[in-house]
Amino acid sequence: MNVDVMIGALPKLLEGAWLTLQLLFISGFFGLLLAVPLAIARASPHAAIKALPYAYIFFFRGTPLLVQLFLVYYGLSQFAVVRESPILWPILREPYWCAIITFALHTAAYIAEILRGAIQAVPPGEIEAARALGMRRSTTMGRIILPRAARIALPAYGNELILMLKGSALASTITLLDLTGMARTIIARNYMPLETFLMAGLIYMAITFVLVRGLRFIEHRVNAHMRPRPTGPAKATEEAPAGLMPPS
Amino acid sequence: MTGLRTTALALTVAVATAVSAGSAFAADPLRIGTEGAYPPFNMVDENGNLHGFDIDIANALCAEMERECTFVKQDWDGIIPGLLAGKYDAIVASMSITEERKQAVDFTDKYWTNKLQFIAPEEVDLDISPEGMAGMTVGAQRATISAQWVEENMPDVEIKLYDTQENAYLDLEAGRIDAVIADMLVNYEWLQSEAGAGFEFKGEPVFENDLIGIAVRKGEDALREDLNAALTAIVEDGTYAEINAKYFPFSIY
Repeated sequence: MNVDVMIGALPKLLEGAWLTLQLLFISGFFGLLLAVPLAIARASPHAAIKALPYAYIFFFRGTPLLVQLFLVYYGLSQFAVVRESPILWPILREPYWCAIITFALHTAAYIAEILRGAIQAVPPGEIEAARALGMRRSTTMGRIILPRAARIALPAYGNELILMLKGSALASTITLLDLTGMARTIIARNYMPLETFLMAGLIYMAITFVLVRGLRFIEHRVNAHMRPRPTGPAKATEEAPAGLMPPS
Repeated sequence: MTGLRTTALALTVAVATAVSAGSAFAADPLRIGTEGAYPPFNMVDENGNLHGFDIDIANALCAEMERECTFVKQDWDGIIPGLLAGKYDAIVASMSITEERKQAVDFTDKYWTNKLQFIAPEEVDLDISPEGMAGMTVGAQRATISAQWVEENMPDVEIKLYDTQENAYLDLEAGRIDAVIADMLVNYEWLQSEAGAGFEFKGEPVFENDLIGIAVRKGEDALREDLNAALTAIVEDGTYAEINAKYFPFSIY
């Protein structure tokens, strides 16, 4: 073990970590946007509506992320139509966007499935109550079901985010110098895989730690109404946002 | 004499492999690490069998040394760490003998001589001087002397590093990169293929006399000397020339 090597590699590795974070959050954002309609359609009782999201989710969960990444990066570029397209090629020629597109499509499938489960886990009584108040289906979905499902899905979503952080290491196979790609490039020069990968691993762990903490904080906030009231007087009303008071 | 040497070798191998492989006998096969993604030097066929120039040379050396050999397929950027970790005893994978690598491993004598040369689309007029290449994107395989050569000699070139040489060619075809720099003979082989139509060598080789050797762990002198003796023998008895002719119409020694 050579600690000097580990420290020497740190600046370059942090540069790689920055790219890893970009890939994670940009793809995570688009993945989430795509997942919501997918999950709503997937939770529909109508076979015709849920067929398409079902096939989508089945494909992206059923094939390895590496295969999907190679299909987008090396696969699409085989078609002259793609290469000559003035709209597609400026995006698809960049490994950066290929990685973000693939990761977003991939994570969307998983998030959609998590959300679908959460939508179906919303207590039927709450939906009935919304109906009884005269809310339309779309209003019920937007005001009652989705916010409630989001809270239920949060822990599982955090898990998915952490899995994607590690999945993003595959970006190194399409020439990107993310944290893993940078580590491999450094090893090509110093032949010290133990020290270099260990340092990279520590950075991944540090990122995971921050993610876990951040998610726990959000969970704590959005589920404030689920916590037992503090025994002290007053205070409690400030914490719980209006309309989310405990049922009794 | 041979008997003594074999015993000495067996002892060395026994000591070296005891850590990783457990039991070791004199009859233990020599394990050779290679990449299997570097045509025509080492590649895998449809059935997953390794073949190519490196494999033929390794088999000829093993026959000469009267030792049984097994091959271990290992990705390129982990090939030296794999040797050091004792996953195999020698690397026959067209590895250039460089000062940096000598810090980590020992090399035999050369078994072929490499040159580095650029390839690019035929229709492109490429000036391969550092000034002429400024601002261009060049592909190379990660952890190769080609990659290192560009980094050291063409500071204004953007370099893209690939896991395998084949992936670099895919991106050259796709037009994501302007040129590829690689071992001349590997480029030669690719230019002969269907995919390589429309591409050509650009300029003269930028680096000559790049010697290719077999890597062994440091201190394994008996194995290294045995390999050197076998190498000399196959060059002298014409086995080498025969293998050479299978792949190239000119000598690459």
